[in-house]
Amino acid sequence: MSRILEVRGLTKVHGRGCPLCIEATGPDSDTNICPHCGSVVAAHDVSFDLHRGEILGIIGESGSGKSTVVKTLYFDDAPSAGEAILFDDAAQYELFALNAARQRWVRNHRFGMVYQNPHLGLNFNVTAGGNIAERLLMSDVNHYGAIRTRAKELLARTEVLEARMDESPRKFSGGMQQRVQIAKALATRPPLLLLDEVTTGLDLSVQAAILDLILEIQHELGTAMIVVTHDLGVIRLLAGRTLVMKYGRVIESGLTDQVLEDPQHAYTQRLVSSAL
Amino acid sequence: MNPGYELPRDEAAYSFGFLDEYAKKEVRRAILKAVAIPGYQTPYASREMPMGRGFGTGGLQLTLALVGPDDTLKVIDQGSDDSVNAINLRQFVQMTCPGVAVTERTEAATLIQSRHRIPERALTERQLLVLQVPYPDPLVVVEASEARRKTMHGEADYARLLVKLYEDIVRFDEITISHRYPTRVNGHYVIDPSPIPRWDVPRLHQSKALTLLGAGREKKIYAVPPYTRAEPLVFEDVPFRVEHFHDESGARRACQRCGATDSFLDEFIDPAGARVYQCSDSDYCEQRQEARA
Repeated sequence: MSRILEVRGLTKVHGRGCPLCIEATGPDSDTNICPHCGSVVAAHDVSFDLHRGEILGIIGESGSGKSTVVKTLYFDDAPSAGEAILFDDAAQYELFALNAARQRWVRNHRFGMVYQNPHLGLNFNVTAGGNIAERLLMSDVNHYGAIRTRAKELLARTEVLEARMDESPRKFSGGMQQRVQIAKALATRPPLLLLDEVTTGLDLSVQAAILDLILEIQHELGTAMIVVTHDLGVIRLLAGRTLVMKYGRVIESGLTDQVLEDPQHAYTQRLVSSAL
Repeated sequence: MNPGYELPRDEAAYSFGFLDEYAKKEVRRAILKAVAIPGYQTPYASREMPMGRGFGTGGLQLTLALVGPDDTLKVIDQGSDDSVNAINLRQFVQMTCPGVAVTERTEAATLIQSRHRIPERALTERQLLVLQVPYPDPLVVVEASEARRKTMHGEADYARLLVKLYEDIVRFDEITISHRYPTRVNGHYVIDPSPIPRWDVPRLHQSKALTLLGAGREKKIYAVPPYTRAEPLVFEDVPFRVEHFHDESGARRACQRCGATDSFLDEFIDPAGARVYQCSDSDYCEQRQEARA
């Protein structure tokens, strides 16, 4: 299997930071706020590889830095340190060294993102079809007929009724909004999809439908994904490999079965045993 | 304008063209930059003029910075030389720029300041067109932050503007922008070509005359240089369309005064209550009538 993403030493500190920040925070210190300067170490030294078609899960409690990792990879937030390399067929992109325009290009052409809150991923002032069109237009598809056809295809694939294509997503249910977000993220056939708590807040049957959809997409298109969640069930179902994060650090990583069946770190043990 | 108004007694303090030399120099510098980067909104220090912002102060400052004693000026408002805005601006220039000739004939003018229209008669290389602009940034409808708009312009990121066109076609089967149609200049920057009707947009493309656009309130100057591409933003399979002026039977309406069927028409209600149409460009209409007489 070929690598698609290599992340090394990804660090994000909110605040001015001091030389003691790293030492004084983390799971051992039981905090991610530096007691010396008050900076928040959202993530420190996160490293992983992602292979083509693989689903990597990142699990952890609120504030553990799991969303931070995904947000920096999607350029929503700039990292304080670290590097990430995207391997794309022949080309290689050193993500954090690209200029703003190139970053926008990679983001529009090679990445897809699905946020927990549809308000972040969708523009509610335009129709569901318009949201998909936006993504296609950003990747230089400039043919009205082609955009319509592709949007119809995608909405059919994500089981949104075609008749509702020209309605605002504001009128949709939460599950449907999430499906439109997935359709939008898939519009450019990206090799990498970032999913940030996609099923949180949806009822169980809708959760199951969305998770099924994600798995089907992975099988059909071979899209690599990073799934961020605090839900063990989601991780168990989707992810082949898992990172467990706490206070901005990766405390355990490995095959999902291994991590869940034989957790080594005290926190992971507590997490697994406390699952309902 | 108050007919009894005179410049203050110490009028020696006013230089030719009302603006002081430093102000004119700054405007000219902005013009050079605007021409060098076609479509780029060049910021400049828009001066207070003795009229409200929004009455064409941007265009007027361009005109005053460009005009010389050997120039012939034409001022148009919505195609007409005789409407209030045109007359006021023309009289102001006559008062502050002694020696400048004024004309209503398009082909006789060397400098044309216009509000909301481009003359029907094609301009030549020795002519300059100045347009008054209320809102210079086409992205303002999709992005509220000016800082972010500037980045979007820099990266030629106009996808969200196209989404607006997409939504229009979905809802109305047609793009519903009647004026200020977003136009891409020289393949990069998209400009708001001031509130000219769609009819006039193709005239900017490969125009022989330099077109300068000035926004006084928003403090921006931008340009469509001569022989430069100016392409309305469209989808590949939905061609750009101008106003058509056909009646119910499909025949092209003619101007009721001069009979022209190739000009932009204004609609009026005559005293009897019927709709009548006549050329929006009054000079074009009059010249045609003279030729017929």
